[in-house]
Amino acid sequence: MSGPSDFQPSNPALKWIERRLPIFGLIHSSFVAYPTPRNLNYWWTFGAILSMMLALQILTGVILAMHYTPHADLAFKSVELIVRDVNYGWLLRNMHACGASMFFFAVYIHMFRGLYYGSYKEPREVLWILGVIIYLLMMATGFMGYVLPWGQMSFWGATVITNLFSAVPYFGESIVTLLWGGYSVGNPTLNRFFSLHYLLPFVIAGVVVLHVWALHVAGQNNPAGVEPKTEKDTVPFTPHATIKDMFGVSCFLIFFAWFIFYMPNYLGDADNYIPANPGVTPAHIVPEWYYLPFYAILRSIPNKLAGVVAMFSAIIILCFLPWLDSARTRSSKYRPLAKQFFWIFVVVCILLGYLGSQPPEGIYVIAGRILTVCYFAYFLIVLPLLARIETPRPLPNSIADDVLAKSKGRAATAASMLLALVVAGGLFAGSTQNAKAEEGGDTPPAQSWSFSGPFGKYDRGSLQRGLKVYKEVCSACHSLNYIAFRNLADPGGPGYSEAQAAAFAAEYKIKDGPNDQGEMFERPGRTADYFPAPFPNEQAAAAANGGKAPPDLSLMTKARSYKRGFPQFVFDFFTQYQEQGPDYLDAVLQGFEDKPPAGVTVPEGTYYNKYFPGHAIKMPKPLSDGQVTFDDGAPATVKQYAHDVTTFLMWTAEPRLEERKRIGMQVFVFLIIFALLMYFTKRKVWAGAH
Amino acid sequence: MTTASSADHPTRRDFLFVATGAAAAVGAAATVWPLVAQMNPDAATIAAGAPIQVDLAPIAEGQDIKVFWRGKPIYISHRTKKQIQEAQSVALSSLPDPQPDSARVKAGHDQWLVVIGICTHLGCIPIAHEGNYDGFFCPCHGSQYDSSGRIRQGPAPANLAVPPYAFLSDTKIQIG
Ligand code: FES
Repeated sequence: MSGPSDFQPSNPALKWIERRLPIFGLIHSSFVAYPTPRNLNYWWTFGAILSMMLALQILTGVILAMHYTPHADLAFKSVELIVRDVNYGWLLRNMHACGASMFFFAVYIHMFRGLYYGSYKEPREVLWILGVIIYLLMMATGFMGYVLPWGQMSFWGATVITNLFSAVPYFGESIVTLLWGGYSVGNPTLNRFFSLHYLLPFVIAGVVVLHVWALHVAGQNNPAGVEPKTEKDTVPFTPHATIKDMFGVSCFLIFFAWFIFYMPNYLGDADNYIPANPGVTPAHIVPEWYYLPFYAILRSIPNKLAGVVAMFSAIIILCFLPWLDSARTRSSKYRPLAKQFFWIFVVVCILLGYLGSQPPEGIYVIAGRILTVCYFAYFLIVLPLLARIETPRPLPNSIADDVLAKSKGRAATAASMLLALVVAGGLFAGSTQNAKAEEGGDTPPAQSWSFSGPFGKYDRGSLQRGLKVYKEVCSACHSLNYIAFRNLADPGGPGYSEAQAAAFAAEYKIKDGPNDQGEMFERPGRTADYFPAPFPNEQAAAAANGGKAPPDLSLMTKARSYKRGFPQFVFDFFTQYQEQGPDYLDAVLQGFEDKPPAGVTVPEGTYYNKYFPGHAIKMPKPLSDGQVTFDDGAPATVKQYAHDVTTFLMWTAEPRLEERKRIGMQVFVFLIIFALLMYFTKRKVWAGAH
Repeated sequence: MTTASSADHPTRRDFLFVATGAAAAVGAAATVWPLVAQMNPDAATIAAGAPIQVDLAPIAEGQDIKVFWRGKPIYISHRTKKQIQEAQSVALSSLPDPQPDSARVKAGHDQWLVVIGICTHLGCIPIAHEGNYDGFFCPCHGSQYDSSGRIRQGPAPANLAVPPYAFLSDTKIQIG
């Protein structure tokens, strides 16, 4: 993309094409011969990482669209069916959902890198602005993608974000109605979001082409911030940058795989495992972590319109950065003051993100306002001022000089950067976990579960006992809609044989029909049938249970959580703690107390539970000692029942857990070996360049 | 890969490059596998393709019914004496896809013809009781099948397929 090339393929067939369409010359000049500054550090590999992530998101997205149903009544279920029934569907879904977070994580590093090294300065203004456009498109795409699973957070996120536009004077309401295609968020909204979510990534890909084009016209910036002058300052893109980028990519994949295989729900919200319900808003609406800083800015401003304007300005202001910061020195390495303010700004952004995840009350509001002022002050006051008053340190004469000056200590920097990256990722990403505020329920004690950790497996005996408890107790009120009898014989499940599953199914009466006479009839269950629900519909379930339908249990262990708090959630990232749901469920089942503690009263028709948020639960104490007899001699105690039924419900929520962890281990072994190989290959390739 | 220092041992360098390239190829292949495998029928579809049972009692002689199994129409014909007679007496050598009638029905249940009602030409659904052979006629490109579901005339290359099935009793079959 840097002008005509003198490259000529030697193969006559390729020559023939090249004369008519000089595509090989273009590729050669852009990605092979292209001179790249020799002093680039690993922060520069994030361009390649982002390209890979975009390709991966498009690929997995196109595949998921093959199995997904964009309809308000079917979307949630279709996502569950992808995860449960489609071959490797759980993998593809995790890749796509965690991939969105990784994409943003990488783009934030890419942007901060640009900020630190002044990559937006003359002559790269257009390159930078194209980048901001890509970022905006990513935000829109990410938001609409989050709506598609049609869980509670999807629905209410869509409601809150589309309502931002109602702040527009005069036209606000009409714009919102136009976005919704109805009087509220509903099926038309879901359909158009699906369509646009499919479209926008290709628009992003188009702008990325422009971004890369602009990059190849202006040339890459570099840590020294001085332009290459002689041949000695650069190395050819291939193999040097190619190999280095691939090494960067393989390290990033290790980080990515940690989420895909071990922490798939770490960045998600438990509420999104509850199907969308237009009648109930979750206690805390929190966007995905990558929007949190802007969400905090929105909430800091007490005026609706001003808040929306501030939020959008916080992004748009980036477009003006090349002119706000008029300092001649590009790299903050040589700007002692700018460097300090840069790190302060990074901290401000992370703190804003943290505040965005907290309830907007008390000290959080004040802190949010102060930080919002800091955010804008950095762009509007600090940078313009520094350009005038700061005396930069002397720049190296050339890139080659820069390389010579710091040939030592390179490995240490790379290692410390990698460590910083992982820690920062864990910290920032984990802040979303704090979204669950305490609502007056005791913290459930952490239990030991056979399925936790990287080698976790379900305890077959516990699954079978749990099934018995469900069948004899829970199933009187709770459905188990996503589990078919055939699942009982699936690998990684309770370990029944096909014949046992068929016999189990045959004990149930399933409604089928209509037959040739047009009548519904009952027949014995088959393995393909799903567990029948105890009530014919939600209204009947509510009517029989004091006005509130007992929730479906299939996803219960993933749909419930509790606040872990700082710094616990950071450790959770490293210890792979994902069992908030089971811990909570187990605790609630055992948390009933006949008499509320002195001074506590619970409303009529509710029961006191130590661990239930607010303590007043509608469900009467479901389990008591001796209620279910186990054939294997396990104790007939509430403690045992709770443990077994929770294990069983963890399996119903995550039937592919064993497969996921097993494949995860294989992927990890491979990726670590591959990254090492890439590292040594990179060293060999670069041996001549240093 | 010509830029690495010439001071290197060439063999060691080459080994490293080959190993890295091979690992990349293995990784790529392993990544492609799930991306392709997801296109196969999912577990719910496979489970729904379990065998079905059909009661034959209501089908009178000369009648036929169409049932669906794995999304395919299955014709179950209660053949008349005449149809059986025709199917058994035709000379095999005159058939494009020679197969005796006895190989297409279950022994002792000559009156029941069970075939997958999908034309072996390009997949249209032939119409029963039409055409010149007392069997099926495909309206798409004019293939004609006889009362045993064998191709007699037209572009289709093969007889109508017989699905796997068994008689559970004289009036009940299980398909699949
Ligand atoms: S599809 Fe039946 S004749 Fe062509």
